[in-house]
Amino acid sequence: MPIQNLKGVLRLLLLAVIFFAGVWSQSSGVIDDFIFYLPDVQYLAAQHLWLTAISGGLAILVAIPLGVMLSRPSMARAAESLMQVLNVGTTIPTLAVLALSMSFLGIGTVPAVFGLFVATLLPITRNTYAGLKGVSPALMEAAAGIGMSPAQRLLRVELPNALYVIFAGIRTALTINVGTVPLAFLIGAGGLGELIFTGIDLYDPVMMLSGAIPTALLAIVVDALIAITAFIVVPRGVNPSRA
Amino acid sequence: MIRLDNLTKVFDTPKGAVTAADHINMEVPAGEICILLGPSGCGKTTTLKMINRIIRPTSGKAFIDGEDTTGLDTQDLRRNIGYVIQQIGLFPNMTIEENISVVPKLLGWDKARYRERARELMAMIALDPDAFLKRYPSELSGGQQQRIGVARALAADPPVMLMDEPFGAIDPINRAVIQDEFLKMQQELKKTIMFVSHDIDEAIKMGDSVAVFREGQLVQYSSPDDLLAAPRDAFVESFLGEDRALKRLNLVRVRDVVSDEIGTVSPGDTLATALARIDDFGYQNSILMINDKRQPVGLITRALARTTKGYCRDHFQNVPDTVSLDDDLRKVASLMFAQDTTWLPCVDEQGRVCGQITQRAMTHHLGSRFRPRSSDERQSDAATEE
Repeated sequence: MPIQNLKGVLRLLLLAVIFFAGVWSQSSGVIDDFIFYLPDVQYLAAQHLWLTAISGGLAILVAIPLGVMLSRPSMARAAESLMQVLNVGTTIPTLAVLALSMSFLGIGTVPAVFGLFVATLLPITRNTYAGLKGVSPALMEAAAGIGMSPAQRLLRVELPNALYVIFAGIRTALTINVGTVPLAFLIGAGGLGELIFTGIDLYDPVMMLSGAIPTALLAIVVDALIAITAFIVVPRGVNPSRA
Repeated sequence: MIRLDNLTKVFDTPKGAVTAADHINMEVPAGEICILLGPSGCGKTTTLKMINRIIRPTSGKAFIDGEDTTGLDTQDLRRNIGYVIQQIGLFPNMTIEENISVVPKLLGWDKARYRERARELMAMIALDPDAFLKRYPSELSGGQQQRIGVARALAADPPVMLMDEPFGAIDPINRAVIQDEFLKMQQELKKTIMFVSHDIDEAIKMGDSVAVFREGQLVQYSSPDDLLAAPRDAFVESFLGEDRALKRLNLVRVRDVVSDEIGTVSPGDTLATALARIDDFGYQNSILMINDKRQPVGLITRALARTTKGYCRDHFQNVPDTVSLDDDLRKVASLMFAQDTTWLPCVDEQGRVCGQITQRAMTHHLGSRFRPRSSDERQSDAATEE
């Protein structure tokens, strides 16, 4: 059983590495340094999440109706060109969006939320539109043919069938949003970026990591939360993860 | 009853106006199935979809039970018409029960009523309610899905149904089963049905009447038998196929052709009597022997009767298959070919001999109404009927 032996050896090796990392961090005082930043991390993480929640929430509230509107047959002609505009919008770097936003709205939370909102808006709109457009024409004909009104068709047939794709858009957008919030610090909105960028400027890796590691963890947690929500909310018949 | 009055649809395409349906006039009597038949692009689906206004008519009217549908609210109209499409179109986000209950819910039925109705419909389409109602469409086979599609269309018990190639996407074996089930249901439900098909065999099997379309025109509207016996023009004839005379065998029952005059002998007769009867009735080869309950028990052949002496009961051969009055001629012809005979005895429900069916009578029956195409005659026909 050489493979099992190898696994055993690897496991031992891993334990040793963790042990020595612990020994090193204890002896060098890194842990104490991190603990020193803990109150900052707590405060800034809350601020960070707040920025994400506000900008992401606004983006969802605007993007889904926008996507629905663009997918209506009456908009068919305008929709494709508008989607192209949105696609081009996605290619603008978030930092540039924030800078532009700052030049119009000044410094602070408002321009940051606005910049993040714009960056988050696009993926959700695009997925909402694509998801609704992807609903099979046969379903739409059946829904119309049995006498559903346009609103009933949207709420009972189109949205439930597009929901999985819409959630995928929200998931991508919010995860990116959490990862982008640190940039908001640059225009004076706070968040974990404060530790990251100050750490870089002061050449203080512990300070930098105290910002970076919680940011990464937050992104993972937000991603997981949305995945769980999608699992519960999307009807079983159209939910690939529950098939 | 469905009546179409000069129903017309003109599509504006980049290549110019295309008339998909050109002044269609027809009437489907209540409780009957009318098949709209034709090659693709002939306007049959357009005509169907103008009735529930999935496609808006350019001009003309559709009447349902005498009522002009033009003035009705589109949603109300559609909720009172059962609609089945080829792609089935079950909502994948809903369970089977929710799918079936969609229309009753739209009509505002209370929960107990539409749940009860769902179970009733499942029984009607022969699917176990407990096993299927809570499942999702993706968990069902194509045939089961289309049964649910039919059930959904029937849910609110609409008097009229529109079916757009409903069984077209189902494999041939399942299709035949579903067709039979559907016909059986229709015998009780007596819906007025318009049914689009491009399959001539399906049309003959399912239709009380058949409307043949070509390039937006209704070319011929008649019973399947008339259609096969007397296609109006070369197009209809070629669409029906060269074996249209054989296809008619499906449509004619033994009772339409049977001759109740049949010579028989009983076991107690002598072979000399048998020979005399064979000659009297002008039979070529043999005569049927029946017992005192008039059940067929054997055959006495001419060759044997001529060369042998004795009683029939000692010298008979096994009787060939018998046919019953409700069998179709296709089965009869098949038996005749298989057994190399030109006649078969017919029996009633109790198994008593009630007549015979001969190849001559069959060919005569089919031939008497079969008209080979002769263009002059056809045109005058068309003129008088239009």
